[in-house]
Amino acid sequence: MSETLLDAKELSKRFGGVQALSEVGFSIRQGEIYGLIGPNGAGKTSLFNVLTGIYQPESGSVGFCGKSLLGLKPNQVAERGIARTFQNIRLFANLSALENVMIGRHVRTRAGVFGAIFRDAGTLAEERAIERRAVELLHYVGIADRANDLARHLPYGDQRRLEIARALATEPRLLALDEPAAGMNATETRELRTLLGGIRDDGTTILLIEHDMKLVMNLCDRVLVLDYGRKIAEAAAAEIQRDPKVIAAYLGGEVETAGAAKGTAQ
Amino acid sequence: MIAFFDTRKNPKLAWVGIALITLALLLLPFAAALVGTAWVRVLNFALLYIMLALGLNIVVGFAGLLDLGYIAFYAVGAYVYALLASPHFGLHWPFWVVLPIGAMVACLFGVLLGAPTLKLRGDYLAIVTLGFGEIIRIFLNNLNTPVNITNGPQGINLIDPFSFGSFSFSRNEKIAGIDFSGPQKYYFLLLAITVLIIVINVRLQNSRLGRAWEAIREDEVAAQAMGINTRNVKLLAFAMGASFAGVAGGMFSATQAFVSPESFGLFESIIVLSMVVLGGMGNIPGVILGAVLLTVFPEFLRYTMEPLQSQLFGRVIVAAETVRLLVFGIALVAVMLYRPAGLWPSEVRKRELTREDNGAAK
Amino acid sequence: MDIFIQQIINGLTLGSIYALVALGYTMVYGIIGLINFAHGEVVMIGAMIVLSVVSGLVGAHLPLPPFLIIFAGLAVAVPACMGIAYAMEKVAYRPLRKAPRLAPLITAIGMSIILQNLAMMIWGRNYLTFPNLIEPQPIAIWGATITDLQIAIILLAALMMAGLVLLVQKTRLGMAMRATAQNPQVAGLMGIDINTVISAAFMIGAALAAVAGLMVMSYYGIAHYYMGFLLGLKAFTAAVLGGIGNLAGAMLGGVLLGIIEALGAGYIGDITGGVLGSNYQDVFAFFVLILVLVFRPSGLLGERIGDRA
Repeated sequence: MSETLLDAKELSKRFGGVQALSEVGFSIRQGEIYGLIGPNGAGKTSLFNVLTGIYQPESGSVGFCGKSLLGLKPNQVAERGIARTFQNIRLFANLSALENVMIGRHVRTRAGVFGAIFRDAGTLAEERAIERRAVELLHYVGIADRANDLARHLPYGDQRRLEIARALATEPRLLALDEPAAGMNATETRELRTLLGGIRDDGTTILLIEHDMKLVMNLCDRVLVLDYGRKIAEAAAAEIQRDPKVIAAYLGGEVETAGAAKGTAQ
Repeated sequence: MIAFFDTRKNPKLAWVGIALITLALLLLPFAAALVGTAWVRVLNFALLYIMLALGLNIVVGFAGLLDLGYIAFYAVGAYVYALLASPHFGLHWPFWVVLPIGAMVACLFGVLLGAPTLKLRGDYLAIVTLGFGEIIRIFLNNLNTPVNITNGPQGINLIDPFSFGSFSFSRNEKIAGIDFSGPQKYYFLLLAITVLIIVINVRLQNSRLGRAWEAIREDEVAAQAMGINTRNVKLLAFAMGASFAGVAGGMFSATQAFVSPESFGLFESIIVLSMVVLGGMGNIPGVILGAVLLTVFPEFLRYTMEPLQSQLFGRVIVAAETVRLLVFGIALVAVMLYRPAGLWPSEVRKRELTREDNGAAK
Repeated sequence: MDIFIQQIINGLTLGSIYALVALGYTMVYGIIGLINFAHGEVVMIGAMIVLSVVSGLVGAHLPLPPFLIIFAGLAVAVPACMGIAYAMEKVAYRPLRKAPRLAPLITAIGMSIILQNLAMMIWGRNYLTFPNLIEPQPIAIWGATITDLQIAIILLAALMMAGLVLLVQKTRLGMAMRATAQNPQVAGLMGIDINTVISAAFMIGAALAAVAGLMVMSYYGIAHYYMGFLLGLKAFTAAVLGGIGNLAGAMLGGVLLGIIEALGAGYIGDITGGVLGSNYQDVFAFFVLILVLVFRPSGLLGERIGDRA
């Protein structure tokens, strides 16, 4: 049994009158692909934002690699080893793809003002290494031919890949992806699945918010289901499909795969 | 056009270009002196403004932070120099000691201002920095009682010129058979420092730090998510910008031999901002162009407009100063409406400020 | 204690003027999120126009009662300022509504410079005196004096603020303005002409500004092409202090700032043992601004604003 990478207990977050998260607890194991699903408004992105330091929870705890994440700012969370992508793609639009990924290397490199001004041997070596690694990552996600294009000129699918490359540049232990397949067609989604599988095989644990049930079922080892800010199930993907509570939560909402939400036995 | 100077692509052409420009810059003060000695001072002012504009460019152009009180750092640098190298306190420290001190004090003020305020949203930050600039000016104007620190509105004069040993920058003298006036000597020193500042800026832009600044400007939330400590990096932008202004301020003090709070008002801040905006925010050659244009053009206006009016109407109806500012205002509005990325935009800024912008990545 | 009441009275007067100008800032910011940098200049132009009309009428030695003369001044100044505000919005701000925040802020600065220098060209660089039509009569009250001018200013300002509240709460235009401030897109979908609403906000603010200009000028007796800048900045501080985007906040902030400034100027000598004098009065506004923005950016009456851009 692989070790626990991230352990969350009873996380609660409130915004004015809305209880976005209500005592949510779950754990992610090293090396798995962990899915997070739920109807719209269930609190998935809020949970992401709590994990990555954008919001602070009112109560509960989160441990990552044995240390607490509470009270950390987003840049500190990135330093600890969690990198994320965003539901609405937040690339550095007017910088090139290459520069976007190079910025991902920021957290693992050191050169500061003096290095910038004096360009000593150490800084120069670091700069070369940053560029090399960024090119590698662009190859890895399959957009190396677009290295010098501005991020905002990339086609939609490439932008999502770029965001993943940038996140990978931070050398995360946990890669948190917020709806990476949104807006993708079947071919692109298949390619994404291969990519994510490859990332997991290369040693990075993945946490994934998704609405595409086919992708979730095919890719994820275990899945957490949220509804109205509460956890209603956490189990292996196959079991989640059959869970009546989950089916009930989705009834009347979007149906991605024919069998799952309508209660037909798989 | 920068590709013109890319020594890697076309070495012969690039080096010839650089040589020509260097020659032109070296001969410029002598050509200017032929037109009139005042024009050498104009050149020196242009160089000072280039320094200021480049410093502000780090804050506004690279990091995307709007500072409307930038001239306060210039004032700090100028007054530090004036206090430490003039009869006012009887201190006459050498310039190579005082200039760095001025830069450091200005840097300190930059950090003091930035620390509590950099988390504010764009327009609020602008207003707060404006307020800070005014506070500095008011204090400079009033710190003459009960203890006379700044000599109030009268300012401090008889400031020491730069000198080492028996060589002084203010004296006219003959070196190697060529006549150098005081301002011409200052020109070469200012030119050297300006070139240094340009090199530093280019290096900053193409570094890990420069990329971090641009990341913050593009999307602060994403920058933080990628591990950039946005607070410290923004503070660094403020501090660096302030330091450059501090150095320029010290040089201003020495070349003028006189400082007063009048030179450091809101309009001066806006003029430097205009140079950055009109020239091409974030683009170093553009900003230099903006600074040169906005220093030389008004002088040119004054040189021609007032005599012209006297000839045509028998008197000066509209002072050049008024027209200069009016043209500034109109230029600011016009540029934002029709060419928001500036006269010589970097590729980056042009895309960011064009109004039909709605790329998926935004 | 003796100067306390006096400073409160002075502060209330000044604060009423700040409140009128602050309303202009807060209306525009509430609806389109723009700090109308040039608003202070509109106050100045209002004052200058009144001055010109009044001086002209006085110089012509027409046998008119003072109130009529002043009213004539306002009758010219208010529409003129409204026209200027309308033109400003149409030319310099409307095209930039979708642009990043930096652009309209810079055009606003540009407009401010243009207005100032046009004023300088028209009215000259010197301080101009406002003809003394009515000598202010002091009235003793609670150990201090209040002049009838001060009473007039406070009352007139209160009247105008009440009128504005009525307009915003009870009329269709007011409702349209409130809707647009809440959610411009949906307001547009409901058939509200956003452009009209925004122009209205600018013009109403300008009308208030013109009156405020008259008040400042009669209070201090002088007008000057540069007078709008500092006043505008302080009024903006007042708007932020009360909670930008919030009408009641602008009024409260204005009065409060006026009182803080007056008390500060009155007592600063005592507090600092003579080190700092009342010539530091202007600094108070800036300090208040910085303190409010750093510690409570939503202001006294505003909702919490997130710091993230």
